[in-house]
Amino acid sequence: MTDPVLCLRDISKSYGPLQVLKGVSLDVYPGEVVALLGENGAGKSTLSGIIAGSRTPSEGSMTWLGQPYAPATPREAIDKGVVLIHQELQLLPQLSIAENVFIGRWPMKNGVVDRRQMVRRAQEQLARLNLHIPATRTVAGLSTANQQLIEIAKALALNAKLLILDEPTAALGGAETEALFEQVRKLRSEGVGIVYISHRMEEIKRITDRIVVLRDGERVQEFSDSATPVRTIVESMVGRPLDRLFPALPVPTDHPVLQVSGLSSPDNSFRDVTFDVRAGEILGIAGLVGAGRTELVRAISGADPISAGSIRLEGEELRLRDPADAIAKGIVMVPEDRKEQGLVVGHRIGENIIYANLDKLGGRWITPRVKRTFAEKAVAKFGVKGRAEQYASDLSGGNQQKVVIAKWLMRDPKVVVLDEPTRGIDVGARAGIYDIIVNLAKQGVAVIVVSSDLEEVLGVSNRILVLAQGKQAGILDCDQANDVSVMELATI
Amino acid sequence: MVALDINEHRLSSGAWLSKVKGAAGPLVGLLALCVFLSLSTDTFLSVRNGLNILDQITVLGIMAVGMTFVILIGGIDLSVGSALALAMMVMGWTANVAGLPLPVAIAFALIASAISGLIVGLLVTQFRVPAFIATLAMMSAARGVANMITDGQQIVGFPDWFMMLAIDRHFGILTATVFLMLAVVLAAWLFLRFRSEGRMLYAVGGNAEVARLAGINVPLVTIAVYVVSAVLAGLAGIVLAARLDSVQPSSGLGYELDTIAAVVIGGTSLSGGAGGIGGTLIGVLIIGVLRNGLNLLNVSPFLQQVIIGIVIVLAVGAETIRRRRA
Repeated sequence: MTDPVLCLRDISKSYGPLQVLKGVSLDVYPGEVVALLGENGAGKSTLSGIIAGSRTPSEGSMTWLGQPYAPATPREAIDKGVVLIHQELQLLPQLSIAENVFIGRWPMKNGVVDRRQMVRRAQEQLARLNLHIPATRTVAGLSTANQQLIEIAKALALNAKLLILDEPTAALGGAETEALFEQVRKLRSEGVGIVYISHRMEEIKRITDRIVVLRDGERVQEFSDSATPVRTIVESMVGRPLDRLFPALPVPTDHPVLQVSGLSSPDNSFRDVTFDVRAGEILGIAGLVGAGRTELVRAISGADPISAGSIRLEGEELRLRDPADAIAKGIVMVPEDRKEQGLVVGHRIGENIIYANLDKLGGRWITPRVKRTFAEKAVAKFGVKGRAEQYASDLSGGNQQKVVIAKWLMRDPKVVVLDEPTRGIDVGARAGIYDIIVNLAKQGVAVIVVSSDLEEVLGVSNRILVLAQGKQAGILDCDQANDVSVMELATI
Repeated sequence: MVALDINEHRLSSGAWLSKVKGAAGPLVGLLALCVFLSLSTDTFLSVRNGLNILDQITVLGIMAVGMTFVILIGGIDLSVGSALALAMMVMGWTANVAGLPLPVAIAFALIASAISGLIVGLLVTQFRVPAFIATLAMMSAARGVANMITDGQQIVGFPDWFMMLAIDRHFGILTATVFLMLAVVLAAWLFLRFRSEGRMLYAVGGNAEVARLAGINVPLVTIAVYVVSAVLAGLAGIVLAARLDSVQPSSGLGYELDTIAAVVIGGTSLSGGAGGIGGTLIGVLIIGVLRNGLNLLNVSPFLQQVIIGIVIVLAVGAETIRRRRA
């Protein structure tokens, strides 16, 4: 066997007291595809960042083609031939393909850019990938798959010997995925080493030679036998007993509050979704990134349009044109991105709470006293550690999230949708938020919780709706739901 | 109960302190400017000169209120100078060419400016034209219409009572136009601080997506703000007409920049969501006092422009540095 191109030895990475990688070793050989697999937060992106020079390890060493390798910047890594292709493509849509391929490294002749050479060399790389598009056309308007291939062409033009593909198929359809795989296999046969990061089990089993599983920053297992069942791999990924972060589940009534049937989105991010949520029930929505979870709950909350299907609240069909309609009916959402959608972080807590309740206060003069009493009631009621006149930016993530929840709960909503309620929040504060969620249900509210954190969905939900690539893969009762059954549905 | 009262007292004094802090920089600048001019000229520090300054800032003051609303929601309005000219010409034509009574002409003038604001608001919200471009286009178009009304000619001679609005000092102190400006400023201040509709402007400017998800009708707020800005520019045009006793289509050229400068000097953030009328009033006063004082010091008008440019940079630069440190 040949020597590995890249060796990682005992790589660790800490951010303050938080250790995200613990002594990971990994070899990548030329002409092989290695899958890096793990749950969100397992350390995959940190590890790939270290290989590609965008992060530096706290401990451990790397070698590249037998030489010590410690890139301080992505540029250094690229010069050596290590290229990371991000999930979000980094192309300039208004420029030509050739310009994109050679951006920052234009071929020069006599002090000016040699456009002819640039186009010719770009065309060569495109041909290598079986891409028959003129290198002079602009990137805008190309399919996502082709844009992905142009990113790869860009890497090849830099003589990449190791490619790291971070969820390359997240935005691709079936046929496009096939086309990409064909090129990946071709590159492998040319001796390029490839590190492949994905959540999709099926693809990983088809395209990769080895699977390395990370869990909580540690390398836990390696599978090189393609006959390994998906179930075994998923068990290795999640592989730990759930602990008791969660309060006892509420007991739902039989009264359906929210009934969703045949709901589809105009851009196909979710299709034909049907479920109901009863009073006092917590419905979890699970699925991989890009499965359409956020899009689904945004539509229910009136933030995005729907193309087909119906949303009924206590039997009445709703026509939601914007969030204000949903809020008026009693459906409120705690959005995914706290800092960009949930709060005006530069404004005070009191102001933020008032913003969601202006119609209730409308027509009256909002004196400082009215404002303060209203906001302080909310702050006290939901255990926010802070005062109404503090700026939201001064609070911890957990307290910010409590403010976002508090601003809605002053309205006594019928349906509360929480999208990633504990993203970026430490464990202590999480328990407090789970208590609020469960208490809501106990008061008869219908609750929907969307989360990428499997443990969380399993811990707080009476039932779990699983989405896979926009389709409803199934609804599991909490007694039949576990890591493996949810993951199996999600990776269909 | 007693404990609660003490608590409230402490909170309200804290809030008061931070309220002043927001406009503290510009206020210190204004006071320093006044002290300097009082010492360096004999004429600055007098009731008469003070009243002069108030007369001189009425047009700018009224326009700056509308501009504060626009900048608070994260927008910009370059069309206010042209909206002012449009209102003036509509008023002059309706009164002196069509022969309708002046109050009717004033109403028409305000409607004309409101329409220009409505078009801007619709362009920004319905057609997603950036505010800078939409108001730049309106700046050109409204100016063109103002010129077309009289083919570029001025109209002179209005009833005496109209001219007296800007001359006659009631109670021996304030003219009707200064009263009008103060009323506009006070109403805007109350509106922004204490009405839910006023708070909506802060939410929209702070983060439009947060505001939308909180159930605020962002497009409606945006349209209303551009209409109000244009109507206040029209109102300022009527005040200017009273001061000049004439209307001409070239009035208000470049006023949009003075107005933006006053709002920005007053500490309202160009990125939206922070600031207020108090700061704007101080900004307007700084520009008014500076112009007045430089005239008293016989500084050439060309040098005055340079100095005002420097003041804008100093005010905004100091504010940015202060915020970064905080």
